[in-house]
Amino acid sequence: MYRRSFKDTRSSLGSPNPNFSKPMVALRFLRALSLVRRSGLGACSPSYRARGIRRAAYACMAASAGPRRAWSRALLRKIRRRPGRGLRRPRAVIWRHRPVGGGDRLEVALRRLVPGGGCMEYCRLLEEAADYVKCLAMQVRLMQTIVDSASHV
Amino acid sequence: MSGRGRRITDEEINELISKLQSMLPESRRRNAGRVSASKLLKETCSYIKSLHREVDGLSDRLAGLMDTMDSNSPQAEIVRGLLRS
Repeated sequence: MYRRSFKDTRSSLGSPNPNFSKPMVALRFLRALSLVRRSGLGACSPSYRARGIRRAAYACMAASAGPRRAWSRALLRKIRRRPGRGLRRPRAVIWRHRPVGGGDRLEVALRRLVPGGGCMEYCRLLEEAADYVKCLAMQVRLMQTIVDSASHV
Repeated sequence: MSGRGRRITDEEINELISKLQSMLPESRRRNAGRVSASKLLKETCSYIKSLHREVDGLSDRLAGLMDTMDSNSPQAEIVRGLLRS
């Protein structure tokens, strides 16, 4: 049973999520951008708008990756949490399970950077980090493409 | 889900480490052999941080560009074209 679970992990490393193709991500993000513009944010200061856009970027990235990934679930939970509610939660509760084996300084740093990385096994952390890096890089390329095409006309 | 209490073999960790290594841009350029796990973690952390900074920067630029975009501008046409394709 445990062997099979690793094989599933191995196949999930290679098989693409059907929702996560580049056109789908682009479409989702462009729709989010137009929503930002149409909502009151369009009239706000650029820095406030930038925050909304950044939030939309991470939300679209996580939504496109789907619920299979721990990082995308954690990111969506964090984004959908309303400001103010998170502040009331005591810090001790956030890390429900201590990371297995303590971990060195670098491993702790990686756990902080990958969403949801606080309480997963080391093996899982590496897998999630690889997927997170891949999706982040794709999101950056997408945003760069939009900026380039919008500013060179 | 990975089973709790199961001992992870070195082979499985090595496989995941090479997978992670292939995601990083530097290792792709250098076509390096195996790097140590700690070096890989360090590179991954700094790469993720730089990607976060890029998202911040691009969000700022997009926010600035929104000022110049109105419904009749050619930029909006491009964006509409992207949406249609």
